[in-house]
Amino acid sequence: MKLLSLSTPDSTTCYLSSSAFLPSHSNGFQNLASTFKFSNNQARCIRKAGATKVTAKFELKPPPYPLNALEPIMSQETFEYHWGKHHRAYVDNLNKQIEGTDLDGKSLEETIVIAYNNGDILPAFNNAAQVWNHDFFWESMKPGGGGKPSGELLKLIERDFGSFEKFVDQFKLAASTQFGSGWAWLAYKENRLDVGNAVNPLATDEDKKLVILKSPNAVNPLVWSHHHPLLTIDVLEHAYYLDYQNRRPDYISVFMNKLVSWEAVSSRLEQAKAVIAEREREEERKRREEEEKSTTSEATPTPEIFADSDTD
Amino acid sequence: MAIRTLFTRKTLTSILRNDPNPIVAGIAASTQSRDLHVFTLPDLAYDYGALEPVISGEIMQLHHQKHHQTYVTNYNKALEQLHDAVGKADSSTTVKLQNAIKFNGGGHINHSIFWKNLAPVREGGGEPPRDSLGWAIDTHFGSLEALIQKINAEGAALQGSGWVWLGLDKELKRLVVETTANQDPLVTKGPSLVPLLGIDVWEHAYYLQYKNVRPDYLKNIWKVINWKYASEVYEKESS
Repeated sequence: MKLLSLSTPDSTTCYLSSSAFLPSHSNGFQNLASTFKFSNNQARCIRKAGATKVTAKFELKPPPYPLNALEPIMSQETFEYHWGKHHRAYVDNLNKQIEGTDLDGKSLEETIVIAYNNGDILPAFNNAAQVWNHDFFWESMKPGGGGKPSGELLKLIERDFGSFEKFVDQFKLAASTQFGSGWAWLAYKENRLDVGNAVNPLATDEDKKLVILKSPNAVNPLVWSHHHPLLTIDVLEHAYYLDYQNRRPDYISVFMNKLVSWEAVSSRLEQAKAVIAEREREEERKRREEEEKSTTSEATPTPEIFADSDTD
Repeated sequence: MAIRTLFTRKTLTSILRNDPNPIVAGIAASTQSRDLHVFTLPDLAYDYGALEPVISGEIMQLHHQKHHQTYVTNYNKALEQLHDAVGKADSSTTVKLQNAIKFNGGGHINHSIFWKNLAPVREGGGEPPRDSLGWAIDTHFGSLEALIQKINAEGAALQGSGWVWLGLDKELKRLVVETTANQDPLVTKGPSLVPLLGIDVWEHAYYLQYKNVRPDYLKNIWKVINWKYASEVYEKESS
């Protein structure tokens, strides 16, 4: 991940980061609370002379290939509308929506999670999530894609779905039965609960697994805790209507056979694992620290410690 | 245990069959022998190209022959599966089928209304209502222009796919503008709501012609709206 740091005299720092396959810190958003620097590949800091407020503007990021690179499977005309009009409108409308609000200056991932508001969706959510989803979608494809993944990704797919063919069938089914507009996803799911003290005492890497999900409209796995998105297909009609009209199943098949960049999916899996491992190390360190603290305090035991023992 | 369950069910069925109460006996018999109604694609009252240039013949043909046909096909399929599941007292499948029924059944209901909401200009498409519906629109929304603006704004703001409706609330005796997601029919927004006019804002309704510019589709569609049909439904339902 390349980080370009722009420093201004009063030490406001913005990062322009770029990664081959992730729109930004797709898995790092859980850690964002610990820092007030915002980092986003689409964020640009504009500091007007005399103004005290930093305005971050999201920018329309181009696909990592020319607009005609996926012809004839996905036409240049589709890209001109899907990227040039729809994706651009999400970016422009998001910028308008957040200007001067509390969301101004947040990263895209933070904006998505905050605006999702635990399901009680705020107006900026749709545009923010659609900006992210489309970045992620462009990077899920490549010219000459498709085929079969390899290495660890393939092993996990075979472990969690039985075989690669079964995985493909399930993914296609999810994409074709998303009633209405939305997305289908492959995600890496951690076996964790959103309760502070609910810890799996015997957690192993086996508990983390690949899952297929579908989501309506703009919703994406970033809003579900401990899901790390690896692959997506856009099943809004504008994604395929100019090329396939009503034949959504054909579009889904050809996406799987000829467009998926398994390289991108593998790379995202690797990044997800790195993020998880880093957080687990951090949690382990904190646990040890607390253990040490409690060992020290055990030297002078107090009656309260035994208050909930089963002696009665 | 299994034998006892079987025995109990058998006994229950035979009790129901022989029940002197004709309603109860009728229910028991109907789950066995009722013929399933098969829904079919309704014909359009005009040619596919008759709404041009507002809606292209290509859009109308795909929309009717492919999209609506698929809703009808999948609705029939789901109803058949439901029939089987109910017959087998398979509650899990019965409940699971509700999504497919709502989506495909809703798709069939909505499109059947939509085709009647449209008419070629030479057959009165776009002619404003000058009867009791026209009066009601003026009373509730100020003017037809104001209503059109409201419907266009709500239709343009709808995220994803869905419908924007002019409906009659039979209970409150007033007109309402509502939107529904996906293929949800208007009745999902309230049991007393009757659709007078529904506009499809799924991308398949306009994309080949209007692409990403949904507001232009909404602006133009009023030129082929069949207010006569909406008025007839209004007269019938409000009397």
